Amino acid sequence: MPMLDADLDQFRRDTRAWLEANCPAEMRKPMTSDEDNFWGGRNTKFASGAQKVWFERMRDKGWTVPDWPTQYGGGGLDGARTKILREEMAAIGARSPLSSFGIWMLGPALLKYGNEQQKMEHLPKIARGEIRWCQGYSEPNAGSDLASLQTRAVPDGDDFIINGSKIWTSYANYADWIFCLVRTDPAAKKHDGISFILFDMTSPGVTTKPILLISGKSPFCETFFDNVRVPQSHVVGTVNRGWDVAKYLLQHERAMISGMGGRDGGRPLGQVAADSLGADDQGRLDDAMLRGQIASFDIDEAALACAAERAVDLAKAGQLHPAFSSAMKYYGTELNKRRHEILMSAGGIDALEWESERSHDGSRARSWLRTKANSIEGGTSEVMLGIVAKRILDLPGA
Amino acid sequence: MALVLTEEQTMLRDSARGLIGDKAPVAHLRKLRDERDPVGFSRDLWKSFAEMGFAGLVVPEEFGGSGLGCVEAGVVMEEIGRTLMPSPFLATGVLVASALKRGSKAQQQAHLPKIADGSLIASLAVDEGAKHRPLKTALQAKRSGNGFKLNGAKAMVVDGHVSDLLIVAARSAGAPGEREGLTLFLVDPKSKGVGIERTVMVDAHNAARIIFDDVEVDADSVLGEVDHGGDLLEAVLNIGRGAVASEMVGVADEAFGRTVTYLKERKQFGRLIGEFQALQHRAAHLYVEIEIARAAALKALQTLDADPEHAGPAVAVAKAKAGTVVTLAVQEGVQMHGGMGMTDQFDIGLFMKRARVCQELFGDANFHADYLARLKKY
Repeated sequence: MPMLDADLDQFRRDTRAWLEANCPAEMRKPMTSDEDNFWGGRNTKFASGAQKVWFERMRDKGWTVPDWPTQYGGGGLDGARTKILREEMAAIGARSPLSSFGIWMLGPALLKYGNEQQKMEHLPKIARGEIRWCQGYSEPNAGSDLASLQTRAVPDGDDFIINGSKIWTSYANYADWIFCLVRTDPAAKKHDGISFILFDMTSPGVTTKPILLISGKSPFCETFFDNVRVPQSHVVGTVNRGWDVAKYLLQHERAMISGMGGRDGGRPLGQVAADSLGADDQGRLDDAMLRGQIASFDIDEAALACAAERAVDLAKAGQLHPAFSSAMKYYGTELNKRRHEILMSAGGIDALEWESERSHDGSRARSWLRTKANSIEGGTSEVMLGIVAKRILDLPGA
Repeated sequence: MALVLTEEQTMLRDSARGLIGDKAPVAHLRKLRDERDPVGFSRDLWKSFAEMGFAGLVVPEEFGGSGLGCVEAGVVMEEIGRTLMPSPFLATGVLVASALKRGSKAQQQAHLPKIADGSLIASLAVDEGAKHRPLKTALQAKRSGNGFKLNGAKAMVVDGHVSDLLIVAARSAGAPGEREGLTLFLVDPKSKGVGIERTVMVDAHNAARIIFDDVEVDADSVLGEVDHGGDLLEAVLNIGRGAVASEMVGVADEAFGRTVTYLKERKQFGRLIGEFQALQHRAAHLYVEIEIARAAALKALQTLDADPEHAGPAVAVAKAKAGTVVTLAVQEGVQMHGGMGMTDQFDIGLFMKRARVCQELFGDANFHADYLARLKKY
């Protein structure tokens, strides 16, 4: 054990030094808009030279996915070293070099359910930011009741012919490939006739149409499949057993969404509020009720961070309940909505501006509205609570 | 450090759970309450606790203790919370033992071995007003001859009416509200001028009001430094806060467990009430809150062991969060038990009573939220 600790200390020192030398100053500032995310992909553009340099240096170390095996483009770090890397990045406010549904969602599912050929084909391209993925899950009539999805995949020789439509496909209009749930056996019970399949978004018959949201932005699309031909070898896992893959991936998606509030690295709420409201002669925010709300939020946020840290450690110890990501998703998203309600309240009338340069094109109001989706996407809060009630608490008839 | 219990800590938890569950189930508290027990806890049980090494859990080994840390103390506190066991563990075993560890060799020598062997009951006397405001300490310590004279009053002194040794926070300089000018004194409760009134509390746990009327103490009775006791007091209070946070997690978790069991047994409208989504979602929400409080409490205790000087924020988060969560847990517990939740016969109400007291001990959620806000300068 002492030897191991010494190794870890050394790793921490080396990592700290490397980050200090290699993370550009601009990449240590909090992100203020989605353009500050680098998403990778065939048609990608870097927002700045610093973003490019930072991404390439991290990619070359395999640290876009530090805990993936090296043969798939990862850094090959164990749990303890991955945690140290994340802590050291957080300590200097380093941005994530690559934002990617491939990393957050598909990758873990492929590592568990993919065959070797699929892993070698897709994982390195995800790690290197070469292919940008989108998620084909929800349909117009399959939202919370996802397993009732109707997009059909019919065998034709060695291929499937796919017809149907998806909705809320995040960034489908920018994505290169899609991981998609399709119905391969319409006669089976709804959970049993679903397959998980991968295909290229440039395949003939795929079209996307952005959806304008209350934020005035279009991060989501409708996606249509009109006789799209996909090799059957693109199914991940077993045909008709796609629900297992889908659920496993959802655990990771929920973990990702629950962490959204924390990832922006924004300024502490109390300071943001103090900027616009001012303080009394004791330095206390000039709005006692808001001050209390912020303090109570800060406590919940700090406590949630402990629970997130503990969940990772419990998972490592093999003690984490598989449905716990639903618990975290529920709490994290509700908290993030609260955060943005407070930000709007702290901003007062300034936060209501929608188009001015002063307001960065209404970024605060638009972000506030965007967060309302957090407790809907990836499973609503009500669905999450239902999962906790059924799978963790074992309540009857849930 | 992983935010989970180590193997040794898990073993400690199991052994504490076994002992407490066996010797001091909730019925133990009821018996003490109903018989108006003059001591308020079982001295025999405290002896067994000592024999198993729990009384001296945080006492250094050189003084006969187990030399363990705050995490281990929290592990025991959580189990105490599960059965609402009245025990000197908090006041004597955690607070006073932790305070004495920061005292002189002579002070440690004189008292720590007796804490470890279970023969000394001790109390920390801090609060004066209705709310926990340690910096507002006004009990006066005036230099007199070779020592000091104490004048003032303390309240919510846990185990105060059976205490063999008091640690009293007093103001030797400055004005109430200031951190400087605080001094801690070791006081023999049998000293002339000490008046002790046992206060029977809502949760049937021990507390006392103590009046100090020209109580003379000599210079050797100062714990730490004269006028600079603020940091020591804060360090000890933080340990107490972490310990009570753990107790509250235990109270919350047990109240919740009993409530979920009830949801699976009680039938109305021809079905188990646990089938109703209105209750399922509230139960699920409460589960999440308790898991978050548990993580926050463990984080605080680990920080108290690893980096005590910087543990303030983590402790405040844990005490505030656990306080809010235990309040929700017992409220939902009573509500979901329906009319039965209002009866003395059902245990759930006892959990509600203890939760209320734990909230007040060493600062409620608002106190700690305010502390954090000041720390973050808003």
